[in-house]
Amino acid sequence: MNKTKILNPIKMKKIKYILAIITIATFGFVMQAQIISAEKIINKVDDNINSDTQIVVSDMVIHGKRNDRTITSKGYSEGHKKSFTEYLAPAREEGTKMLKLEDRLWIYSPSTDRTIQLSGHMLRQSVMGSDLSYEDMMEDRKLTEMYRSKILSEETLNVRNTWKLELVAKVDDATYYKRMIWVDQERFVPLKEELFAKSGQLLKKTTMSNIEKIDGRWYPKKMNYKDMLKTGEGTDFIVKEIQFNPKIPVEIFSKGSLRK
Amino acid sequence: MIKFLLKGILRDRSRSLLPIIITALGVGLTVLLSGYLKGAFGDIVDQNARFDTGHVKVMTQAYAENKDQIPNDLALLDASEWLDTLHTEIPEMQWIERIKFGGLIDVPDKNGNTRAQGPTTGMALDLFSGKSGENKRMNIEASLVTGTIPKHSGEAIIGHDFAEKLNLKLGDEITFFGSTMNGSMTFKTFNISGTIRFGTSAMDKGALIVDITDAQLMLDMNDATGEILGYLKSGVYDQTEVNTIATIFNSKHKLSTDEFSPEMLTLREQNNLASLLDYADVMSALFIFVFVLAMSIVLWNTGLLGGLRRYQEFGIRLALGEAKVQIYWSMVLEAVLIGVIGSILGTIIGPGITYYMQVVGIDISSYLENSSMIMPSVLRAKVMPNLFYIGFIPGVLAMVFGTMLAGIGIYKRETANLFKELEV
Repeated sequence: MNKTKILNPIKMKKIKYILAIITIATFGFVMQAQIISAEKIINKVDDNINSDTQIVVSDMVIHGKRNDRTITSKGYSEGHKKSFTEYLAPAREEGTKMLKLEDRLWIYSPSTDRTIQLSGHMLRQSVMGSDLSYEDMMEDRKLTEMYRSKILSEETLNVRNTWKLELVAKVDDATYYKRMIWVDQERFVPLKEELFAKSGQLLKKTTMSNIEKIDGRWYPKKMNYKDMLKTGEGTDFIVKEIQFNPKIPVEIFSKGSLRK
Repeated sequence: MIKFLLKGILRDRSRSLLPIIITALGVGLTVLLSGYLKGAFGDIVDQNARFDTGHVKVMTQAYAENKDQIPNDLALLDASEWLDTLHTEIPEMQWIERIKFGGLIDVPDKNGNTRAQGPTTGMALDLFSGKSGENKRMNIEASLVTGTIPKHSGEAIIGHDFAEKLNLKLGDEITFFGSTMNGSMTFKTFNISGTIRFGTSAMDKGALIVDITDAQLMLDMNDATGEILGYLKSGVYDQTEVNTIATIFNSKHKLSTDEFSPEMLTLREQNNLASLLDYADVMSALFIFVFVLAMSIVLWNTGLLGGLRRYQEFGIRLALGEAKVQIYWSMVLEAVLIGVIGSILGTIIGPGITYYMQVVGIDISSYLENSSMIMPSVLRAKVMPNLFYIGFIPGVLAMVFGTMLAGIGIYKRETANLFKELEV
């Protein structure tokens, strides 16, 4: 009896150790799997939405307090670092051009024939009165470079099954501390995104809709950006035409193209 | 009797010198502090009225709610109609339009690229019509460090320090970049006609002053204005009068169903000036109260000392048959005379120092470098007619109260013990 009594606690201890190791290993494995999985999802979304080069003709519908305005533009981009936008309509904006090269932004005004480089607090200003800031446009790093991600849950959004991902900044200079992204499980397209400050305050909300298959990719042709600190219905970004991986002349992404 | 007491006061200086000095100092200090408070707070209110709030300001309700953000997208439309309405309905005030705007000043190099830039807070005033009185009201001409006020479209005045920072000279070109009323990007090139220094950090920091017609064109604000400011034609802010004007206007034109309907705010209702004005009044009253209280205690003590020194005198007077009440009231009358002399001296010294503080002032510019409040960078006292009585009455009262408290001791003297006391 005594022997059994002595052996049992030892056995129990061993079992406890083994269980603990298994639990830690399993938890670690699950965690690892989840990190990879969340990152994989983001990478897949990135592959789906982005391409090496893109040309987009779009309407930006700004819902103001007094009236709505539609601004048409043609944008060229190469990866995340280079982009060039020319405003086509209305007449007030026609000929205004914007060039982004890495972390620098220039705006050209045809009325004054001036090119102005924006920096500092001006980058936080709204673009054309929309709910988007220049800073939003300047974001040129991949989400996986800036955020630690994990899958929070699976949710149904507009009858679509989605993963709800939580992205928390791992770099100090991220514009938003936290992002919540709802990704369509089948089409790898984000359907909703919420952007938060470090204090937890919801700053911006983006809703994607009109998802269509273009050149074998699922792409949201309408995005509504809403600055949660402003009243109103936000800004709609409607894609009218899009080309993936077109050839874009190198000189487009140069300051010389602003004055042309 | 008065002549007799006066002779006593003048001849027996040990009886009167200390109370007179104390009263004169107290009165002088009260007058100085009161003049300084009134001057400093008055300057703050005056600068706010001239530069920002007007005696009243008309804006849309939506604009008023977010006015710190200068939301020109919520500006008042049909401005000329509203100006006509205001001129007709409230002729006792002068009405002027103003537009504030924020953005970036960009200085080009010879190739048109950015050489220097900085954030700016612009103000558009009616400079060209010559009827608005803005030049005089804002003291623009006198505040110019170099150059002249804009006379033609496309000319602007820029803050002197801002101009130095951007290395700008008169006649140089600058480009304003900002947003129109509709949110579009706007670019406008101005020539610098002058540089200015108002002496108010919030105004001098990145200041850009242009004519309102240029701003309306630049910001797509045709017949629209951010603010309509009203000034009483007397030039003096009268809270009761502006309250009545604002109440009548708001009851008639402010609609709860339309956030773009106009709302009239009085000076007190803007920039937290209500609390500032109340604070000035409370502080002024507090100074006088503390002065009367402290002086009464000090003079009570002085009276007690005087009473002790004049113990024998009162004893003899009582022994000679003078009534206690008679002695008491002669002391009070004497206190009135001493109080009057001290207060006269204090009322001469106080306004004298106040005048010096009015001319010299206290430079607080180093504390205001990052301030967004409209405050003068030199706080000055102000000599006003009320300073000639504000300390005088409390000065006399303090002396009288002090003596009345000290004099109570006379009633504790017993006639039976007088001769025994006088033998000592």
